[in-house]
This record gives sequence, structure tokens and C-alpha cells, in this order.
Amino acid sequence: MAYDIQTWIKVAAFSGGGMAMGFGAIGAAIGEGFTAAIANEAIGRNPKLSGDIFKSMLVGQAIAESASIFALVIAMMLLFTNFPQNAMTPFVLISAGLCMGLGAIGSGVGSGFPSGAACRGMERQPKMSGRLTTNMLIGSAVCQTPAIFALVVAFILLFTDFSMHPFSPTWAAILGAGISSGFGAIGSGLGGGLVAEASCNGISRQPETVTPVTNVMLLGQAVTQTTAIYALLVSFILMFKSFPSTDLLAPPMALLSAGICMGIGAIGPAIGEGFAGRSAVEWIARNQKHIADLTRLMLVGQAVAESTGIYSLVIALVLIFVV
Amino acid sequence: MAIEGADIVKAAAFLGAGISMGLGAIGPGVGEGMAAAKACEAIGKNPKEAGLLTRTMLVGQAVSESTGIYSLVIALLLLFVV
Repeated sequence: MAYDIQTWIKVAAFSGGGMAMGFGAIGAAIGEGFTAAIANEAIGRNPKLSGDIFKSMLVGQAIAESASIFALVIAMMLLFTNFPQNAMTPFVLISAGLCMGLGAIGSGVGSGFPSGAACRGMERQPKMSGRLTTNMLIGSAVCQTPAIFALVVAFILLFTDFSMHPFSPTWAAILGAGISSGFGAIGSGLGGGLVAEASCNGISRQPETVTPVTNVMLLGQAVTQTTAIYALLVSFILMFKSFPSTDLLAPPMALLSAGICMGIGAIGPAIGEGFAGRSAVEWIARNQKHIADLTRLMLVGQAVAESTGIYSLVIALVLIFVV
Repeated sequence: MAIEGADIVKAAAFLGAGISMGLGAIGPGVGEGMAAAKACEAIGKNPKEAGLLTRTMLVGQAVSESTGIYSLVIALLLLFVV
């Protein structure tokens, strides 16, 4: 079979577009379904409030949807754009599709949690519905950040001209960059959602604890986002560092491996930190006297959970810079 | 591009290091988060025992961290030793 670059670009664009939208549809659908399930439950208990609950269900679902709309945009671009005809382009297209598709999973599911909790809260405590909506919006917005990181990486991949760089090992750096930000976004989206869910639940149970609950929610969510930021950092290094040309197989594999290591390694710590943050926020709402103790314990616990994410970052940096 | 045996072995070692540390980081992260979550719950219920609970949480997390450290060791061995 002759090596025909035009064919391979088409192959990569279509399979990348399919992966972007296929993976990208998973998260938002689950998150929105979760929101709708809880909204139904709440309306079933208190049908008089159906107007408010229905409205906040739709707003919450719209936010969760945004992650998969990012994926749709990237998929459309892959299908209909004319890309430069060089040997690097197929890798760029696959990587961008994979990055945005995987990156949308966590944010979609995560945004569903606070929206569902806000619907339940409105049924329990109709007076707090304004504040619940605010917290739902802030919490979901933080959940969307990893998907936005993935979108940024996908755009940079699509619009940067990599043809000046040596083919090997740049092809692996490009693939690694997409894999890192794509997988790295899954955990942070989910973890941030767990923390925001607890804050909406807490406000509806103990309306007077709004301020500490919101503060600790933001703190907890910020910690869950750190591993996505490590993944973004590794992606940027892989995209913008220039690597010396090589004929060997090992250097490109090291770069691909750095992306896999940081991307997959970011999932677990972020989810764990989300569990810790959720529990801390929940108990701060119930036990206001011990906010300091609970916040400290949450941060210590999250710091320990973060350690394996940092090991992954170290191994990824060693793979890029040392070996 | 002539690929030699030693080159393939090295490439596989690099790839193995990344996969080892990447997958190995998932479990400890989730497990330690669960431990921290339960510790927060316990302090919320019984704040007097905060010291004891923090200590127990840290010991429990240290144990669940061990598999993450094994992954790190294997990754470093793959990178620098074998």
C-alpha cells in the first residue's frame, strides 16, 4: 500500500472526530440523567414547587451539556476543516479528538451532582432557592474547567504548525499531549462535582452555614483541580518543547509514556480529594463549631491523596527531560 | 529506520514506566480520599477525638499509599536500572 498522506489525514480526521463525540457524549448524558432523576424525585415529593425545580434542572443540565458541546465543536472541526498536508497532521487530529472526547467525561458527570443536589435542596428549603442556584452555578463552573483545559489543548494542537519539527519524536509528543490533558480531566471534573454536591445539600439542610460551606467548597474544589493542572502543564511542555530529531524508537516512546503516565495518574487523586472534600463540607454544615478542625483534616487528607499524582508528575517530567 | 533489539527494549521500558506509575496512582488516590472522608465524618460526630482520628487516618493512608510507592519504585527501576 502506497503511503498517501491525504488518505491518512482523512482517516485520522474521521476517527478523531468519532472519538471526540463518542467519548464526549458519555459524561454529560450521565450527569444530566442524574439531575433529572433527582428533580423528578423532588417534584414527586412536593409538586407545588415544580416550576422552580424544573427551571433549575434545565439550567443545571445546560451547564453539564457544555462539555459535550465542546466535543461536538471539535468533532465538527475535524470533519469539515482542510488541514495542512504534512506527515504530522494525522497525529494532531487523532490527539485533538482523543483529548476533547476524554476531557468531556468528568466535567459532564461532575456538573450533574451539584445540579441534582440543588433540585433536592429547593424541595427541602424553598426559601434558599436563590442561594442554591448560585452555589450550583459556581460549583458546576469549577467542574467545567478541566473540560476547558482539554478544549484549549485541542485548539492549540489543531492550530499550531508542527511541520517544522522533526517527525520523530514530535509525533509521540503530540499524541502524549492529547492523552495527558484528556485523561487528566476525568478525575478533576468528577471530584469537583462531589464537593459542590455536598455544598448544595449542606445549604438546604442548614441555611445559616452558607458562608463557611461555600468557602470550604471552593477550597476543596481548588485542590481537586490541581491534578488537571499538572496534566495541562505536561501537555504544554510536550507541545512547545522542541525535541532533537532521532531515528530510534525509545525517545518517542518516552514522550508518549509521559503523557499516559500524567493523564491516567491524575484520575485517582482528584476523585479521592473529591470524596474528602465532600465529606468535610457535609460535616461543616452539620457541625459549625469545628470548621477549623474539619478544614485542616480535609487539607491534610487531600495532601496525602495528592501524593500519587505528584509521583506521576515526577515520572512524566523524568521521561521528558532526563531519559 | 532500522530498529534494533536494544532500542525496542528501551522503548518498552519507558512505556512500561509510564503505564506503571499512571495506573498505579489511581487506587491509592481514591482509597486515601475515602479514608479522609470517613475521618472528616468521624470528627464531625466526635470532635473531642480529633487528634486520635487524624493519627489513625494518616496511618491508614500511609498503608494505602504503599502500592503507589511500589508503582513509583517499579517506574524508576524501569527508567534507570533495567
